[in-house]
Amino acid sequence: MSVVPLRAAELPGSLKANPRLDRWLRFHAEGAVTITPGKVELGQGILTALAQIAADELDLAFARIRVQPAATPDSPNEGVTSGSLSVQDCGLALRHACAEARAIHLSVAAQRSGVSLESLRVEDGEFLGPDGPVGSYWSQADDALLACDATPGDRAKPPAQRRLAGTPAPRLDLPDKLYGAPRFIQDLRLPGMLHARVVRPPARHARLLGIKDGALPGDATLFRDGCFLAALAAEEHQAEAAAVRLTARAEWAEEDSLPDEAALPEWLRAAPGEHAIVAEQGAPAATAERTVTARFCRPFVAHASIGTCCALARWQDDTLEVWTHSQGVYNLRADLAKALGLGEEAIIVRHAEGAGCYGHNGADDVALDAALAARAAPGRWVRLLWTRAEELGWAPFSSAMLVEVEAGLDADNEIAFWRQEVLSHGHSSRPGRNPKPALLAVEYRAERSAIPAAVNPPLATGGGAQRNAVPAYRTPSLKVGLKRVTDMPLRASALRGLGAPVNVLAIESVMDELASLAGEDPLDFRLRHLDDPRARAVLERAAAMSGWRARAPREGEGFGIGYARYKNAGAYCAVIAHIAAEEVVRCRRLWIAGDVGEVINPDGVANQYEGCAIHGVSMALKEEVRFDRRRVTSDSWERYAILRFSEVPEVAVELIARPELPPLGAGEAALGPTVAAIANAIHAALGVRVRRMPFTPEHIAAAES
Amino acid sequence: MPAFTLNGEAVEAPDGTTLLHALRGALGLSGPRFGCGEEQCGACMVLLDGKPSCACTLPVEAAAGRRVTTVEGLGSADAPHPLQTAFLDEQAGQCGFCLSGILVSAAALLAADPSPDAAAIRAALEPHLCRCGSHNRIIRAVQRAADTMRSAA
Repeated sequence: MSVVPLRAAELPGSLKANPRLDRWLRFHAEGAVTITPGKVELGQGILTALAQIAADELDLAFARIRVQPAATPDSPNEGVTSGSLSVQDCGLALRHACAEARAIHLSVAAQRSGVSLESLRVEDGEFLGPDGPVGSYWSQADDALLACDATPGDRAKPPAQRRLAGTPAPRLDLPDKLYGAPRFIQDLRLPGMLHARVVRPPARHARLLGIKDGALPGDATLFRDGCFLAALAAEEHQAEAAAVRLTARAEWAEEDSLPDEAALPEWLRAAPGEHAIVAEQGAPAATAERTVTARFCRPFVAHASIGTCCALARWQDDTLEVWTHSQGVYNLRADLAKALGLGEEAIIVRHAEGAGCYGHNGADDVALDAALAARAAPGRWVRLLWTRAEELGWAPFSSAMLVEVEAGLDADNEIAFWRQEVLSHGHSSRPGRNPKPALLAVEYRAERSAIPAAVNPPLATGGGAQRNAVPAYRTPSLKVGLKRVTDMPLRASALRGLGAPVNVLAIESVMDELASLAGEDPLDFRLRHLDDPRARAVLERAAAMSGWRARAPREGEGFGIGYARYKNAGAYCAVIAHIAAEEVVRCRRLWIAGDVGEVINPDGVANQYEGCAIHGVSMALKEEVRFDRRRVTSDSWERYAILRFSEVPEVAVELIARPELPPLGAGEAALGPTVAAIANAIHAALGVRVRRMPFTPEHIAAAES
Repeated sequence: MPAFTLNGEAVEAPDGTTLLHALRGALGLSGPRFGCGEEQCGACMVLLDGKPSCACTLPVEAAAGRRVTTVEGLGSADAPHPLQTAFLDEQAGQCGFCLSGILVSAAALLAADPSPDAAAIRAALEPHLCRCGSHNRIIRAVQRAADTMRSAA
């Protein structure tokens, strides 16, 4: 098992960089505590899980925990809510901070009351000694006891004493959303607020030649900064109507800047890029008896959230306040500062929930859009909302990818060598990490700059395009290479799983092919090559859930396996898919076995595994960003199809809970295994190895021939 | 100024706009949501005389003299609709953005068909997109609400 033990002198997770205790929690005399994580709610349930952790360590009823959304003045800087890292980095930090806060408060209460510390216990915030109450968090709330740094030490409750962590506590944010209470950033209404819409160019990198004169509806006005145009109005429908009129009146010089969408693998091969060896071990295999050579590719795919990106901005003298649903309020602040020529201390960024967030979407871009438009109305809040066409056409995408695998078996049917080559853009062009700002409007406003090409995090921290490119399976000879395409006509950045979905598709498909060459069941072949008992356990569980060993699919139907440990260090997931090849491939059922170590909220984890798997079914069967040489053409739901109610499979999820082990994030682990399981199931049904996503009838037919 | 009944109350809305803009703007509601403005996602779904209708393209004048129901009209924390209770019990949601539209379509389904099977629920909710993958929980929640409503009847 790969568990990294915490050195005794270390603070866990984000506490290392943010050790001040009162930055994480504060008590209120009226009987509540506010926790202030730097991670944000994306719909994944993290704030509820964090409240459970806090309630346990503080010995409080769940109802006493208030969770404050991240904001730059108040919250610790926890970077970005991404990578399925929140429960580790924030959860463990908060657990430690709360445990230490409890210890500090008890120690003070003991001192003040003369009752021995050892005889005190905490019940819903009250400190009880042998003769009764001696104090509480509430009576000591205003004594600034947490105005100090956290210190190392193991004070958190042992697993057996946790009351709420490990239970399916209900989501704190769900009631508002079911009753229609204003909760999303799109629901924020601030006094005197104006509405704005961007007028986008008809093509990437188009230059504005001019705007024909004409009236605008109502009190709508135009804001222009170079080629960045926005319409503002007091009424939202008038801002919309004004944007429509301005779109018709604007004249642009267009150019071809995008590749040929029908030849993406060739383009990835030919485009300029940087090459690196990601992993290499053992001697290059001389020969192997039986080899498999396969190429897998996927087009660009989109986030496709149901809501559209939104931000609110207000200038007051030379300071800027922003409401955002960005995954990283501090990184956004950093790039807004660069883009607007302000010091970071002049900008306040506050988080409010958006619709589902699956990675680096347009939330940061729209914040700069709003800040620019708000220059037209200093002192007033400006709310800028993207249209559906902007959401699907202008947000960052997940890069098209080409993955080439060559692997072979020795005489004992063991894997003898494995070579994998990944060609892709980088998978992160997130703001806050480059000297130049990575926000869309900088490429269109007068003070123009280019968004830096996307990069890949190093493999040691999970990788980008190379995420999960190193197989989990035992092989004496391994070489994994990566070409990062640096010419980036369509902006690429992080989307759920990053490179993992395509890498896991490639690995799991080749594993099935090797198993076939070995004359072995795909499950057994995998089990034989896995040393990690947690890996074997999720595979065995999925097999048991699905009846894999006794499978007897009907004609035209098939079962397939997919397995991965996310980032080779995160959550485990095995998926078995049952598909039916009708006029299109239909995924009928998924059986999913997961292992996240300690489960904070089993319902939340199951929700994430299932939701991520359904995202995987959609990506596998339907999704493809379409474009011509100038513009993205899949900018409506008609043209960018995602899975609908009639197409969603039945899903069963079982979790193998390990409360003694560190908790791992659940939100991305199922994507790669689901895509792979579907591909393998298609082979079982049709005898065809599909290697080109999405697995549409056209791509399957092409694979057949 | 078109006049209609909104969640049981008589209201007037400014004309020359869509019902969605009127509901979220002058009438101050948050339930019906903007997802696409093209009737393709269901986030804006409301009931017009009990029938699911996309508010994003409907001219507000088309609501004149009719009954408009949004999720706010189904129930509240103090007096939840059985669907809202069922969705909470099943924890049927992740980001939640799609839910207010889905709830009104589900309410219309249950009013017309008190014992829908899974296929009927999928068909009724087909106009709704959910990206977070809460579909199966949503279907179970609607079935659960149907069971509750039938046994209360």
